[in-house]
Amino acid sequence: MKTTDTPPILREEPGVPGQRIAESDGAGAPRAKRGEGHVLNVFSHGVLVIWALLVILPLFWAVMSAFKSDKAIFNTPWALPDSLSFDAWGRAWNQAHMSEYFLNTVLVVGGSLVGTLVLGSMAAYVLARFDFPGNRFIYFLFVGGMSFPVMLALVPLFYVMDNMGMLNTIQGLILVYIAYSLPFTVFFLTSFFRTLPTSVAEAALIDGASHTRTFFQVMLPMAKPGLISVGIFNFLGQWNQYMLPTVLNTDPDKRVLAQGLVELSTSQGYKGDYSGLFAGLVIAMLPVLAAYIVFQRQVVAGLTAGALK
Amino acid sequence: MQHGKYRFIVGFLIAPMALYVIFVIWPFIQSIYYSFTDWTGLSPDFEMVGFDNYTKMFKDDVFWKSLQHSVLLAILLPLVTLGLALFFAFMLNVGGRRRKGAIISGVRGSGFYKIAYFFPQVLSIAIVAILFQFAFDPAQGMINGSLKALGFHDLPNWLGDPKLALWCIVAVLVWCTTGFFVVLFSAGMASIPKDFYEAALLDGASRFTTFSRITLPLLWDTVQSGWVYMGILALGAEGFAVVNIMSVGPGGPDYSTTVLPLYVYQAAFRDGQAGYATTIGVALLLVTLAFAAIVMKLGRRERLEY
Repeated sequence: MKTTDTPPILREEPGVPGQRIAESDGAGAPRAKRGEGHVLNVFSHGVLVIWALLVILPLFWAVMSAFKSDKAIFNTPWALPDSLSFDAWGRAWNQAHMSEYFLNTVLVVGGSLVGTLVLGSMAAYVLARFDFPGNRFIYFLFVGGMSFPVMLALVPLFYVMDNMGMLNTIQGLILVYIAYSLPFTVFFLTSFFRTLPTSVAEAALIDGASHTRTFFQVMLPMAKPGLISVGIFNFLGQWNQYMLPTVLNTDPDKRVLAQGLVELSTSQGYKGDYSGLFAGLVIAMLPVLAAYIVFQRQVVAGLTAGALK
Repeated sequence: MQHGKYRFIVGFLIAPMALYVIFVIWPFIQSIYYSFTDWTGLSPDFEMVGFDNYTKMFKDDVFWKSLQHSVLLAILLPLVTLGLALFFAFMLNVGGRRRKGAIISGVRGSGFYKIAYFFPQVLSIAIVAILFQFAFDPAQGMINGSLKALGFHDLPNWLGDPKLALWCIVAVLVWCTTGFFVVLFSAGMASIPKDFYEAALLDGASRFTTFSRITLPLLWDTVQSGWVYMGILALGAEGFAVVNIMSVGPGGPDYSTTVLPLYVYQAAFRDGQAGYATTIGVALLLVTLAFAAIVMKLGRRERLEY
């Protein structure tokens, strides 16, 4: 990094202006300059490396601790485990019910992800493509939801759900996840549907397809890139939900991963079974990390597409 | 082609609208109504009490503490996170040595850094909070364990110390949000035309000048929306999750980490004061809206096209 470096052109001998700009740094440059560039580059890499370590080391520590005894976790936090013992993993998976929490999470997130994409794209398509009284109003009603604090609505929502008999149910949680994912999904997909060419849809309509059929067979396949972006965004958001289930889902059997882990951290903390706790954390952490490493281009593109422009 | 158009529109909008109105809009309107009642949440009976909850709130020390912490988070967190992220993104994209043919380039290995920095973003906030709760643990944690290995003694009781607890929470939130903005800003910087930098460097501009005169202005829209996004996160779900999970006896020693959303939650579901909880919720809404309005107003600049 050379935030404070003066560009080479100022330090060149007269007679060869501009020549060195395209050259690689240091080649044939005066010694002083090479030294300075070197120091600054060390600094820039140093800062970047420190942050990378700050990010990676805690995760690494969690994975290693899952294989260690409780004593070793504290006394030698950075030593490699003596042997690969999967005891703690078994304890976390079976006794601590991680398997059930995992299944609950998959059900809730699967259901809400599909629901969010189907309902969100239906609403967005209509709002983007059709002119009707109230179109703007409905659009802003949806989009406005992005900016208000969920906690405020959660108190009455708890009692709404209670009255409907949907408190502590997987279905209830799915519907709430969908509802709270709609603002961003509608916002994102509306602008996406506006960018798609109209001619294809018109051709389908002229050929006699109904609006519904045009949507499902022509427009949705064309909107695939947008659906993938918003799908990744919603997947991470719903998979990581903590506040909604904490308030609306207090039945121990229906817990999702985030809740199960918090429960595990409290109870294992009392029992002193730290390796069991870390195994639980790693079980919850690794699938998402692995998926991210494999699909990182898509994930990054999906998450930044919504936020840029 | 107009045949059945309205039936189609209604058919497509009815399900999403119904869900959204029942689970989002309706509770939201109700909460403002409940803030004027003495509803406990436990019994179905309640009465209108006018502004009683609001006067109570203004005299409530815990409310003022949580407001203070929430405002601190909303200001400090975006400042640190976005500042770090801009710095890292600039280094990754523009800060490298000049290589053959390219007037500006990122440092070597920038691809790796971007992947690594993004890790915390894909982890659940609950996982992050639990991980750091144990990292900060004075007896078993990685942080004191490492400090001890380095020869330090008298190690702090991080989350148990009222003076340190909130800073630990700020650190954790910075840890898990910076990476996203590094990647976001990198994407933004990559779309800035290279000849802007070329022209500036030919004119003798330093790297710092190119950053403040080219990169930052062209990225300003993204920075501003990032600022609003971060503030809403800090005032809402993320702030709640981290404080609720990490704090010793939720809210920290002597309420040193209580934030507004946590106080709403506790008033409603622990203390049986649903009416009062929604009053605090309304305060939270006003803080959030004020925050967004101020950032929008202060951040307004001439839009630059390129």
